[in-house]
Amino acid sequence: MRINLSKRKIKDPFVGKVEELSGQNLLACYQCGKCSAGCPAIAEMDILPNQIIRYAQLGLKDELMRSKSIWICASCFTCNARCPKGIKIAEVIEALRQILLRKSEDHLKVKKLSAAEKGDVPPIAIISSMRKFTS
Amino acid sequence: MKISYYPGCTLKNNAKNFEDSALCSLKRLEVETVELERWNCCGTVFSLATDDLIHHVAPIRNLIRVKEANTNKFMTLCAMCFNTLKRANERVKSDPESLDKINKFMYREEVKYEGDVQVLHLLELLRDEIKFENIAKKVVKPLKNLKIANYYGCLLVRPKEIGLDDVENPTVLENLMTVLGAEAIDFPYKTECCASYQTVDKPENVADRTYHILTSAQSQGAELVSVSCPLCAFNLDYRQKETVQKYPEFKNIPILYFTQVMALALGCPEKDLRLDLHYIDPKPILREKGLL
Repeated sequence: MRINLSKRKIKDPFVGKVEELSGQNLLACYQCGKCSAGCPAIAEMDILPNQIIRYAQLGLKDELMRSKSIWICASCFTCNARCPKGIKIAEVIEALRQILLRKSEDHLKVKKLSAAEKGDVPPIAIISSMRKFTS
Repeated sequence: MKISYYPGCTLKNNAKNFEDSALCSLKRLEVETVELERWNCCGTVFSLATDDLIHHVAPIRNLIRVKEANTNKFMTLCAMCFNTLKRANERVKSDPESLDKINKFMYREEVKYEGDVQVLHLLELLRDEIKFENIAKKVVKPLKNLKIANYYGCLLVRPKEIGLDDVENPTVLENLMTVLGAEAIDFPYKTECCASYQTVDKPENVADRTYHILTSAQSQGAELVSVSCPLCAFNLDYRQKETVQKYPEFKNIPILYFTQVMALALGCPEKDLRLDLHYIDPKPILREKGLL
């Protein structure tokens, strides 16, 4: 994959927005990769957790906003528990989801779920997926 | 001992076996549980965005219900409720400005929340207040020769600030199972995420996790797996259907709430175990061990 870096992207308000919503200092990350090494969901991810932090530092907004990974993370907090710099990676990923959800760009189309899909799972599954995937 | 109890939505639906077995066990342990009045949804997931105060209103309202019951602590069973309620509590306790804003927002509440309620999980009540040595004395049917792997999932133990045991190597369930006479099986996937609510739109991802978690437990000799979260219970039990479709060599294994296992050892009647609410029938293995 070809990635274009630019001063404009690094200075994009997007970077500050991610830091503000997540409450995290992105530049604290020194890319040790422990978050990705321990993530139980990387098999389904296109951008790995440590790469998400790097992309966010560099303001690679478009790549992050269309990544599958932000919808794969289920906030299990294993990365947060293992980060030697105390960065809350799950919070950074939540911030990325929020940036889309706050523009009403829902990931889960509740109306498209069949009666069986909704009826077979416990209420906490429906409510939590709506909390995480809809605005 | 008397304790206020917050059930949450799923304990009244799919996880009736969790509630009934817990309440029967507590009765056997001479603990009186009082269900909170007018409890509402906890929100299911703690809101992680720094500016998102509105989603902390629901959990804080429940903490007000605890104060209205004239007590300052309560217990919950569901791992998601525990995590959300406790994290919201910690959040407002450490941030008086947020607490003030939330209090001001709730026009219809007569009681003000002041961060003065303690959120307990049933496992903490059993370990720290009732104490395992006293539970041992009440065991009437020791779970001899029963090999149980104990699965914690994420939200009972993470993040560290609210977790009830070690973030990645908790042992409270193993210790409880040992007290009940069972053989507690350790396995490396005991705190690995089951993919949680992805079960709604990506059941195939849950099937992968279920496969890895359960085959790991089986490779250590587990005959059943105990759980403490209704969503983990659903994913590990009901999603075995999809797991077999994806991995034909996968062998089914029954999933029980730790409270069902405890209720069995404490001599609760079968009607309180609700062994009918499972996809994989746990009765054959329990009969084989002479426990039913």
